[in-house]
Amino acid sequence: MPRTLYDKLWDAHVVLNDTSGRTLLYVDRHLLHEVSTPQSFEMLRQEGLAVRRPDTQLAVADHSVPTHDRGQPIEDPRAAAQVSLLEKNCEDFGIEYLSLTGDDQGIVHVISPEQGFTLPGVTLVCGDSHSSTHGAFGALAFGIGASECGIVMGTQTLWQTRAKSMRVTFDGVVQRGVSAKDMALALIGRIGAAGAVGHAIEFAGDAVRALSMEGRMTLCNMAIEAGSRTGLVAPDETTFAYVQRRPRAPKGAMSDAALAYWRTLPSDAGARFDHEIRINAAAIAPQVTFGTSPDQVLSIDQIVPADTTAGRALDYMGVQAGTPIAGLAIDHAFIGSCTNGRIEDLRAAAAIARGKQVAPGVRALVVPGSGAVKRQAESEGLDQIFLAAGFEWRDPGCSLCVAMNGDRLPNGARCASTSNRNFEGRQGAGARTHLMSPAMVAAAAITGRIMDIRTMPA
Amino acid sequence: MKPLDKVEGQAMSLPDSDVDTDIIYPARFLLITERQGLGRYAFHDRRDAPGFPIRPDEDSAPPFLIAGPNFGCGSSREQAPWALDGLGIRVIIAESFGEIFYSNCFKNGMLPIHFNLATVTMLHECAIAGNSFAVDLERQQLSVQGMRPLTFDVAAGNREALLNGWSEIACIRALHTDDILHFETAQRAAAPWLWQGKQA
Repeated sequence: MPRTLYDKLWDAHVVLNDTSGRTLLYVDRHLLHEVSTPQSFEMLRQEGLAVRRPDTQLAVADHSVPTHDRGQPIEDPRAAAQVSLLEKNCEDFGIEYLSLTGDDQGIVHVISPEQGFTLPGVTLVCGDSHSSTHGAFGALAFGIGASECGIVMGTQTLWQTRAKSMRVTFDGVVQRGVSAKDMALALIGRIGAAGAVGHAIEFAGDAVRALSMEGRMTLCNMAIEAGSRTGLVAPDETTFAYVQRRPRAPKGAMSDAALAYWRTLPSDAGARFDHEIRINAAAIAPQVTFGTSPDQVLSIDQIVPADTTAGRALDYMGVQAGTPIAGLAIDHAFIGSCTNGRIEDLRAAAAIARGKQVAPGVRALVVPGSGAVKRQAESEGLDQIFLAAGFEWRDPGCSLCVAMNGDRLPNGARCASTSNRNFEGRQGAGARTHLMSPAMVAAAAITGRIMDIRTMPA
Repeated sequence: MKPLDKVEGQAMSLPDSDVDTDIIYPARFLLITERQGLGRYAFHDRRDAPGFPIRPDEDSAPPFLIAGPNFGCGSSREQAPWALDGLGIRVIIAESFGEIFYSNCFKNGMLPIHFNLATVTMLHECAIAGNSFAVDLERQQLSVQGMRPLTFDVAAGNREALLNGWSEIACIRALHTDDILHFETAQRAAAPWLWQGKQA
């Protein structure tokens, strides 16, 4: 019987099935960060357990770390304690920790692929909902809670229930100025924030095949905003070319064996999906959210709807039903996060910012997703483009995507953001977030208003 | 984990849809590394909203929460169920849940229950009217004053763990260590590149 990519990944990791339909699933990779693991380690201590396979674990601090003055002591004592607790826990349990001041630090979902820790065909989990990112490699990756982090460390397994399958096919070629972020937001707008609950999404179609690994990661990253813990893209030559030059990827004969296996992973012809969605990629315009859920999203040329269910959201956001979303004045801009903090994102933003100035009254931040992204951007001179335009150029971390590191917006501030959630208070209590692509954020920062990147003067 | 068998008491109605875990537990409190005593931060930034059922100075709530669709969507933070547990909430009923939140509840002696929209709508009305609620997990039954008893679905493994208060990690180790070893032997042969880690 023809199988989907998800079926193949699942079947390859079944330790056993119980009589109630649950599967004890083997976990190949576990990423740790400082926020979701203190209680997991505490659980291991209480149970008197060691980490079963330390070699399958990799830790880094990203959520609560300052994005300036790296190398200086962390100012906020609670953040400092949280980061040093992660260091101590990793030392006590023999887990590799990528130091805050080392070259390899960055956001978990950016550094793991860079390191070749993320591989096609693996199961990968992390106490972070954006773990769906790694599905871009054809890995079965999903976010878990802190208790589950402890269970994974202690047993290398998790009880899971097989998800239903959903294939989202993006046909055609996207317009100039339209990115993976716009594809993701267009999908979420169509199916809703709970549209894929209980499903594993496989992204397919010409417009997905044409995406770089960075773009595929952006797409899979946002699967959780449609309610799906898992987004997948079948591995292909683009994937293999990315993976093979990574330090932790298999080498030599091992690489050949792995590659032979990875080539068997794509969904079989005739594989059946529980749901099929087709989207004409060529018809997607740049997307902007107007409310406080990622499915409250518009094409840049649309007007804010008078939807009664969004009433509270419109009040919170300070936007008027019946007015165009384009032209809304912003006072902050954020480029970064596990969604859009990779080199391609910074290139897209820098291409808009080159030779321009951030609008008066707008504060604009660029936070690279990792040390490697930062160095690459600097070697290409992108940092100089941003600095000359009046953007701040920061050190890697989650920063204004989750606003728990000191980068936080004041009450009422309106921000054009490349991050993944426009939830109430996400960037600071009372702050208003409009999600969009890196190029769209750069354009908003330059003009001081949300605008259509396709009409940006050169 | 504390077991959950029977729960009785009042219910709180929170009908908003897409109440995400950032609303349940704002990110700035994630710097706290303990899991006890988080009830006071639950819905911290929502409590001032007109009609919100918990006042800013309250640190307890009724044991039943009747919520809107997609409750607990967004971030995987387990602080969300820990904070609700800190308020004394044991049973959460909604049309749908964020999946990671749903799973996290079972790890903490809390029971999330799905019903269809029509039923949840009635339960909101009963909660607002102050009717008493009772759940019997053994029989998978919810009894609400003024309504016929309702049967609900819960995965057998989750039900058993809640009824007994079992620690999942201890159960897996006690029952399935040989199965895991067996799997590992097979994977080591089939996919040796996954067994080349630094400490392996």
